[in-house]
Amino acid sequence: MSSSPLASASAIKQLQASSVDPSAFVANPQLDAQGHLRHFLTIDGLDRALLTDILDRAEGFLSVARAPVKKVPLCRGKIIANLFFENSTRTRTTFELAAKRLSADVLNLNISTSATAKGETLLDTLRNLEAMHVDMFVVRHSDSGAAHFIARHAAPHVSVINAGDGCHSHPTQSMLDMFTIRRHKGEIAGLKVAIVGDILHSRVARSQISALNTLGAAEVRVIAPRTLIPACAPEALGVRVCHDLREGVTDCDVIIMLRLQRERMTGGFLPSEHEYFYLFGLTEKRLASAKPDAIVMHPGPINRGVEMDSEVADGPRSVILEQVSNGLAVRMAIMSTCIGAQHSAGQSPEREAARD
Amino acid sequence: MTETPDQQPRRPSISHLAVPRLSILGARVIDPASGFNQVVDLHLAEGKVLAIGPPPADFRAEELIDAGGLLAIPGLVDLCARLRQPGLEQKATIRSETRAAASAGITTLCCPPDTLPVVDTPAVAQLIRQTAEQQGFARVLPAGSLTQGLAGEQISEMAALARAGCPVLSHADRPIRSARVQRRALEYAATFDLTCFLHPANASLSEGGLVHEGRISTRLGLPGIPAAAETVAVARDLALAEQTGARIHFRGLSTARATEMLAEARARGVQVTADVSAHQLFLTEDDLDPFDANALVLPPLRTEADRQALRAAIAAGVISAICSDHQPHEADAKLDTFPQAAPGISALETLLPLTLRLVDEGLLPLPSALACVTCHAAAILGLPYGRIQPGVAADLCLLAPNERWKLTPERMRSQGKNTPFLGQSMRGAPRLTLLGGRPVFDAAAP
Repeated sequence: MSSSPLASASAIKQLQASSVDPSAFVANPQLDAQGHLRHFLTIDGLDRALLTDILDRAEGFLSVARAPVKKVPLCRGKIIANLFFENSTRTRTTFELAAKRLSADVLNLNISTSATAKGETLLDTLRNLEAMHVDMFVVRHSDSGAAHFIARHAAPHVSVINAGDGCHSHPTQSMLDMFTIRRHKGEIAGLKVAIVGDILHSRVARSQISALNTLGAAEVRVIAPRTLIPACAPEALGVRVCHDLREGVTDCDVIIMLRLQRERMTGGFLPSEHEYFYLFGLTEKRLASAKPDAIVMHPGPINRGVEMDSEVADGPRSVILEQVSNGLAVRMAIMSTCIGAQHSAGQSPEREAARD
Repeated sequence: MTETPDQQPRRPSISHLAVPRLSILGARVIDPASGFNQVVDLHLAEGKVLAIGPPPADFRAEELIDAGGLLAIPGLVDLCARLRQPGLEQKATIRSETRAAASAGITTLCCPPDTLPVVDTPAVAQLIRQTAEQQGFARVLPAGSLTQGLAGEQISEMAALARAGCPVLSHADRPIRSARVQRRALEYAATFDLTCFLHPANASLSEGGLVHEGRISTRLGLPGIPAAAETVAVARDLALAEQTGARIHFRGLSTARATEMLAEARARGVQVTADVSAHQLFLTEDDLDPFDANALVLPPLRTEADRQALRAAIAAGVISAICSDHQPHEADAKLDTFPQAAPGISALETLLPLTLRLVDEGLLPLPSALACVTCHAAAILGLPYGRIQPGVAADLCLLAPNERWKLTPERMRSQGKNTPFLGQSMRGAPRLTLLGGRPVFDAAAP
């Protein structure tokens, strides 16, 4: 747990330089020419050292919340725009707070009710915001690949962070989950982790699986009826598939419950909430098959009595509220790392002044 | 070789637009329909092939073309090319796309009926044909819609459409949901012995899907179209073809299982043919990564196993034609997130080089590969094109077979530049294209 939240840009450079071989990332759109993390779009293609660096850096940021002045100057003078094309309160709030704790100026744009509703294209919206000298876009969108699209077309000085795109990826959520697991278990490597619920539509699950596999988890299991798990999940995602909850959580160190999206209940994926809870809802009794020190997670919001009992959600093994707190530190780490890449890419103070 | 003392042969040029009598000297003439493959002279008169080899005694060419080192192949016949006119001229026009076709050696195009308005009345069919004739770059044959407005409910006036110049009927890429309507459409078409082009996709299984349901859709979180969407439709359509006695043609097969079902049906004597889009023989779902909207097509790019099965079906003659499935778009249509981007590839200009690539890769000998884009395709339309034989229309392409070029937006003549093959090296460059003996493309022209 090395990095301090007050680390300078040079420390960030050092951190990034230690983790990457630039030649290995030529085709990765998230990395700049020097191999530094410029965008954070997906866990796929990022290596273990880079993910570990982010987690280490987040450790340092935890103390900011407890300090009398809850701010560090790493992004002072930077403008970060939250572009939420899809409704969200919790995620947007944590990104906003994380940006403010880094001393950035924050724009919150609820695009779904403004520009695009008037017919403006996504690219036009992007160009207009770039004209306001925004340094970073935090993007949530209902289309898979939206953050990739914006990153592909963003100006060279702009970083893009994916705050959830369609069913594809939610990489900051998965990093805060990894952070929470690591704080409880010490290491990800060697753990057995079960993810329960709608894998088919879950961007959170995709990113969690990718992060767990990259960080060396011993086994990742996905548990749900066949309608909620892609047929080629083992091959495509590197997971073991179970259709029995008790069997699936046996000997697990971590159980991650996913939100069952009620809007999909009528789509022919499940017969009823009642049957789902009967078969896949987590209760104290079923939790007994897991390791005695297993932790229970949920990205929220929870449907009590559908995904899990309140007894479990509020029980001693639940780390659900801790996930929320950790989200701030992890998002600060990711944002400051990407802004650090902008510095390392050679943006001089003069150039930044000229832009103003 | 024919050479008159007062006339020196020239290299191909478009400077003489109408040449009633023309001799092409020293080209290797390949006619896949007859198996002819020799270096020989060709003599054209009144828009048709007059003779191959020595000229008739009373023939005197007005123009001689030195085609030494070039191939003379039949003008290509493309079974599916969207020209976007009428109604979608922001994407392309009949003029822009037929010019592009001529430059790519294509002389006959069949366009699906999904224009605006739909090709469901003789007036729209005639408008397309007449516009193409006025432009004069390629022969355009609209497919008539099987149902009115492509709505899948009321069958169209098929006999009138056929009289207006629609050689086949189609439902573009919009599957008819009702099996009962499909049955009636096939029965009615069979009354007039009209071939029905069917894009096999079960609507309820493919609806909402974007890419092949498999490894990549799982990883990228994109809604999938299962292979079963195609095979369920193929099964239904084959059953209905057998029931009705209709002649059907599967447009754009994409799955291994469908090729097996096709082979079984043909062996049983069902009147069914099929084609494959050229890009399906070279690309797979892996080419979508990461979210490359230029590779967004319907039916979707499938797996490597599917691609190999399609190639094997072409090699075995089970699938007899390759088409471009040309879908030009304006740049904005692809400048959006992957799910919002319009599907389709601008493909006229890669049809011939991709066909030649199959030869380079050892899948087919050159005449067999050319047959897939000439005489076999013409046979599916029931028309006597795509061949070089005395008495047939002189639709020809003089091709520099070994010339290499790079596919770039600047080089593309189509109004649409949307193709995942951009930047790739291609082999085979048309030097001169003749439509009915008349030059419609000359690489040397300014």
